[in-house]
Amino acid sequence: MDRLKEIENELVETRNFPAFKAGDTVAVSYKIKEGEKERIQQYTGVVLQRRGTGATETFTVRKMSGNVGVERIFPISSPFLDDVKVLKHGRVRRARIFYFRERTGKSARIKERRYFSEN
Amino acid sequence: MPGLIGRKVGMTSIYSAEGKATPCTVIEAGPCVVTQVKTQDRDGYEAIQLGFGERKENNTPSALKGHFKKAGTTPKSELVEFDGFEGLNLGESVNVELFEEGEFVSISGTSKGKGFQGVVKRHGFGGVGQATHGQHNRLRAPGSIGAASYPARVFKGMRMAGQMGNKTVTIENLQILKVLTDKNLLVVKGSIPGAKGSTVIIEK
Repeated sequence: MDRLKEIENELVETRNFPAFKAGDTVAVSYKIKEGEKERIQQYTGVVLQRRGTGATETFTVRKMSGNVGVERIFPISSPFLDDVKVLKHGRVRRARIFYFRERTGKSARIKERRYFSEN
Repeated sequence: MPGLIGRKVGMTSIYSAEGKATPCTVIEAGPCVVTQVKTQDRDGYEAIQLGFGERKENNTPSALKGHFKKAGTTPKSELVEFDGFEGLNLGESVNVELFEEGEFVSISGTSKGKGFQGVVKRHGFGGVGQATHGQHNRLRAPGSIGAASYPARVFKGMRMAGQMGNKTVTIENLQILKVLTDKNLLVVKGSIPGAKGSTVIIEK
């Protein structure tokens, strides 16, 4: 298994994004090719889960677009993933917060997890 | 066809410049040592026997020990014959440079064993439609296997329950995405038969 990890590192460039997990609010910059032109699309929402390991790891981001919930899955090693910014760390008790889909309004709030700065 | 013996390492994804993720299999292939050269005069056909994978000296029968000693190598665990190689001598080795990126190969291996399985899993039968209306313990049954007094037998090749998997499977036209010569690795598009660590034969 470790052998495969080693090879994965060689085949796929490892990306260094700030640490984030389920419950966090992130802003994802994703490159989109339209014909010849390439532009960057912003997508902001709550992380529902991170799944997989190594080159095949993905994360799901959910946002509300008007009244409709939209979920997008991004592969973490994709070269088209430009940047991931963590806007808020959420305090949740599980690694995959699928229950969040059924929540609307007041119950769809996630408590913020705050850290003391090192200084 | 010329080929190599290898070992399945596992599956991963690689990303193209267009950002597309391609599922691929990593195979550790070779270097294989020529353990025997078969000739028309001596054996009645032309072929080359390649050896791959180490094997304990203690676990090698003495007849095979002599065979490997002749080729001047350590005992190998896998021996496979290939035709189509030219100009190879006893004791020489072949590595992944045999293949080029973008080339199409066929890969054989032993598929994962599923044991004795019924027709629903083994042949994709639908089972017997209903669970209610008097149906009783027939949910995954095969149904009829033929007519009655004529032909008064079950036709050969009738799909029934039985052993599934654990047999040799060959997949053709698998594209080689990458050849990593320094690590003796091949990266092939898509999946190949067998479990991780199982032996596979890669042929041109």
